[in-house]
Amino acid sequence: MQYLVSVIDDKSNSGTAEEMLAIDAFNARVQADGHWVFAGGLASPSTATVIDNRDGQALFTDGPFVETKEYMAGFWVFEAPDLDVALKIAAEGSKACNRRVEVRPFL
Amino acid sequence: MIDVRDAVTRAHHEEWARVVASLTRRFGDLDVAEEAAAEAFAAAVERWPADGVPPNPGAWLTMTANRKAIDRIRRESKRDDKQREAQILYDDDPPQPLGAIDDERLRLIFICCHPALAMETRVALTLRMVGGLTAAEIARAFLVQETAMGQRITRAKAKIKAARIPYRVPSAEDLPARVSGVLAVLYLVFNEGYLATGPGTDPVRHDLTTEAIRLTRLIRALLPDDGEVAGLLALMLLTEARRTARVSTTGELVTMDEQDRGSWDTALIAEGHQLVRERLAAGVAPGRYQILAAINAVHTSARDARDTDWSQVVALYNQLAHLDPSPIVTLNRAVAVAELDGPAVALATIDRLADKLDGYHAYHATRAVLLRRLGRSGDSRAAYDRAIELAGNTAEIAYLTRRRDQLG
Repeated sequence: MQYLVSVIDDKSNSGTAEEMLAIDAFNARVQADGHWVFAGGLASPSTATVIDNRDGQALFTDGPFVETKEYMAGFWVFEAPDLDVALKIAAEGSKACNRRVEVRPFL
Repeated sequence: MIDVRDAVTRAHHEEWARVVASLTRRFGDLDVAEEAAAEAFAAAVERWPADGVPPNPGAWLTMTANRKAIDRIRRESKRDDKQREAQILYDDDPPQPLGAIDDERLRLIFICCHPALAMETRVALTLRMVGGLTAAEIARAFLVQETAMGQRITRAKAKIKAARIPYRVPSAEDLPARVSGVLAVLYLVFNEGYLATGPGTDPVRHDLTTEAIRLTRLIRALLPDDGEVAGLLALMLLTEARRTARVSTTGELVTMDEQDRGSWDTALIAEGHQLVRERLAAGVAPGRYQILAAINAVHTSARDARDTDWSQVVALYNQLAHLDPSPIVTLNRAVAVAELDGPAVALATIDRLADKLDGYHAYHATRAVLLRRLGRSGDSRAAYDRAIELAGNTAEIAYLTRRRDQLG
């Protein structure tokens, strides 16, 4: 069972060197424990482009699809047998990156 | 015939959670478990009058529910999921000994009270899955539309399934944190039973208080050394002991100082006092439920309301305020302070809470009493009016209205 853990942030490029070190150490632990699937940081919402090609005429729009103060700054995908395990790993991830995180199961 | 109906009702009360818990373990799906359990009870209503009540109703219900669940899965899975079906049909688990079945009920409580669910959802789901109450009954207890309550329960079940909330008692290290959530749910269930809200309900819902006590006993059996579990059980028992004295024959609330103490349940009081003594002897700093239980132990120790040891009650409230400095604790403390230091001191304390507690009926009811004792009839009347407007319990409204109308 896979879980998406989104990192919630409200400012761009806000990670400090200390946080980066903590995240690296956390990632190494997750990999060693066999829960690692994938992770990545995302550039700020201002770099987003929305595309609507539903009618075959691709329309490109500058900016994110929804304007919010908070956005997804990065994410992890973990493999975990159940939600309790996923929550435990995500809680450590929140501590490491010093941000709130959201856990959602894949279908 | 009446006996058969009683047997079904009793079986529902005693066996519902066990049947649901055992099916949840086997099929790993709350919906399947609950629907099959409901079908098994429907079958009992139909069959027991003709065939007689089986010697072991719980075993009969579990077996019938298992068959119903398998029928349902067969119908729904058709050929898509042969493997899963085969696995379910050839599950040859030996019958569980009684202790393990009780353990399963506890596991079910811990699913329903998972911290990933909102508190109000945990209460609703516990009442539904463990208590066997219908969505309509739960909706009435919490003053919401039945459809809204149905949706809340459905969403919770969907989250449990999709996010894979595990069906197990949490590990030892997680247990203390999880138990406090479970106790909070059980206390809410108990309070809703003790001071039931809504114009169409009985002022006291014995079914809810009994269920909350039964579930708390279950948790106590598994965590006998947890002080707060013992404290909550004692608190519930000492409160439940006064239940019949609390509402008059005309359906009016009777306050503790006016209750017929002879009608209090001495067995429940003795058990509650024993638990409080046991916690005192443990010598561990008490939590909120233990302190509330101790306050109730002081009240129930007095043969007459005038013999109440108010200084002890105030001291316990001071201890509680230290743990939980909430305005409601301050309000309840002020009631005891009024007995010890007079109504003027108490009124000065609670007048400072006006901003925070303006929407809480008990705040205005307490003010009304203090103002009456100070001879301020006009102010007292206004406070009663506001309390009556905000109160949701029919017995309490009747009491407040009579007291207001007695003002000169």
